[in-house]
Amino acid sequence: MLELRALCAGYHDRPVLRDVDLVFRPGKVLALLGPNGCGKSTLLRTAAGLLSSQGGTVLLDGVPLTSCPPRLIAQKAAYLPQSRTVPAITAERMVLHGRFPYLSYPRRYSAADRALARQALEWVDAGDLADRLLPELSGGQRQKVYLAMALAQDTETVLMDEPTTYLDVRHQLEVMALARRLAVQGKAVVLVLHDLCLALQTADELAVLAKGRLQQTGTPEEIFESGILDRVMDVELRRLMTDNGWRYYPDLPEKE
Amino acid sequence: MKNWRISSIRKQPNKSRFLCGLGLLVVLLALASLCFGAVPLTPEEILGAFLGGTRDSAASQIVLLARLPRTCGCLLAGAALAVSGTVIQGVLDNPLASPNIIGVNSGAGLLVAVSCALFPNAVTLIPFISILGAAGAVFLVLFLAERTGASRITLVLAGIAVSGIFSAGIDAVVTFVPEALNGYSDFRIGGLANLSMTRVAPAFWIILVAMLLVLSLSGELDVLLLGTETARSLGLPAKQLRLTLLALAAALAGAAVSFAGLLGFVGLMVPHIMRRLLGAESLPLLLASALGGASLLTLCDLLARLLFAPYELPVGIVLALAGGPFFIWLLLRQRGGRSHA
Repeated sequence: MLELRALCAGYHDRPVLRDVDLVFRPGKVLALLGPNGCGKSTLLRTAAGLLSSQGGTVLLDGVPLTSCPPRLIAQKAAYLPQSRTVPAITAERMVLHGRFPYLSYPRRYSAADRALARQALEWVDAGDLADRLLPELSGGQRQKVYLAMALAQDTETVLMDEPTTYLDVRHQLEVMALARRLAVQGKAVVLVLHDLCLALQTADELAVLAKGRLQQTGTPEEIFESGILDRVMDVELRRLMTDNGWRYYPDLPEKE
Repeated sequence: MKNWRISSIRKQPNKSRFLCGLGLLVVLLALASLCFGAVPLTPEEILGAFLGGTRDSAASQIVLLARLPRTCGCLLAGAALAVSGTVIQGVLDNPLASPNIIGVNSGAGLLVAVSCALFPNAVTLIPFISILGAAGAVFLVLFLAERTGASRITLVLAGIAVSGIFSAGIDAVVTFVPEALNGYSDFRIGGLANLSMTRVAPAFWIILVAMLLVLSLSGELDVLLLGTETARSLGLPAKQLRLTLLALAAALAGAAVSFAGLLGFVGLMVPHIMRRLLGAESLPLLLASALGGASLLTLCDLLARLLFAPYELPVGIVLALAGGPFFIWLLLRQRGGRSHA
């Protein structure tokens, strides 16, 4: 389990995050929300060990992340960046790379790794894409492949930076449903999201960041009731009860 | 630029069959390279020369002293430069990067020219000195690019600047010591005539070791192709690995330059062709690049010998004349393919 304790992080001498305490609980989907530049991605990158902290600690199963070898971190936490290079390899090969942290030199994938990669692709309902080249796939299909890769990585925590950006609404919903299924499997799923409505209706827990500080954490219900998102994002959130529970939508605040 | 590795092919070819085909092509071209030249020889004569039965005959002399070093030189330099190009393009995630464009060849060339001018008899040291020059250039370019923003185009511009400076250095050395590169035919455009085994042998060992190390790191290279961020999140020490692979690429290019001169094009063209045919998966791509580079250079060298026999062209000229248009055709074909997609 990943825990952030009084975490400060940033780039060079520019601090972005200050004093953040947060726990990524197994079996829960946690969404990080906040305006652009508030430090959501920085938080995720620091938690994944890709950026060193400038103060405080990140604990991985109680051990400071700085004393964990990169391979061990990769076996415990998968990180899906917002954008990445798209090499001309097949979807199956991409998923197979999720097994990389478990290989030792000279790093050749075994038949068991291949079987796992196939299973992971089937699990995200992308078995038919196995032999297709990544650049040929649509954004939504690619995101599913990346999720399958995270699944093949077999980690306790999955960190995703804006996994729904640039996707059409159908694929956004599919990706969120997959995130939920990962949590049902017992994984801690942490998402940076821009879509407040999607976050409020899918996540178990929300963490609202602004100006580099963690403003509030809580269930969607609590966050909505508190009005913190209205203040931080400068919108007016409203909700409607539907057959499938609360549905949220933002509005511009009424001028007085 | 994002999808520069996109393959124009729809179906994945059978990779092992393709590699076997390339291997066969290399063998046939090597045999042709031994047979054809100013004096045509039969395969029996070549076999006789190798088995030592007719060591004193003219045919044996031609095979062992002229054709064999030249053929080995073609195979080695072609394979080394192509693999070096594949590694550099992959590691730097840059389609324009290749040993001659980012200054690796000219860095190696400059040190070769300087050491030939200062120590004309140090033949066995030349490959090592050449590698130093190549590595110096690649790390200088990397340093400049990272200092100035590390964009793909900055890297190429830095490479062109460094390449220009080093090339001027080579010209300066040759101006002051005109006989410095006398042992080389056409150093500045690349040539393989007058090669001897003493010059090829040390480079052979370096290329062999570097090539095996690169192949053994193909799994890591694959993960590096996913982008630095993803590679690191998979537990790969991306920075160290980039430097290691670039050093190996410099060793390959440096060793090739040490006996073949500043051959361009192979390192740029072959990786692109093979990537388009096979996709970006590193192990088959590296093997195909090695075989493809060896074939291309051997073929061009054969043409250089035969086209205007008894006169010979420097192989660098043939390479540019034959390879350039083929490469352009490939680019046009891909564009056509895309617009219909």
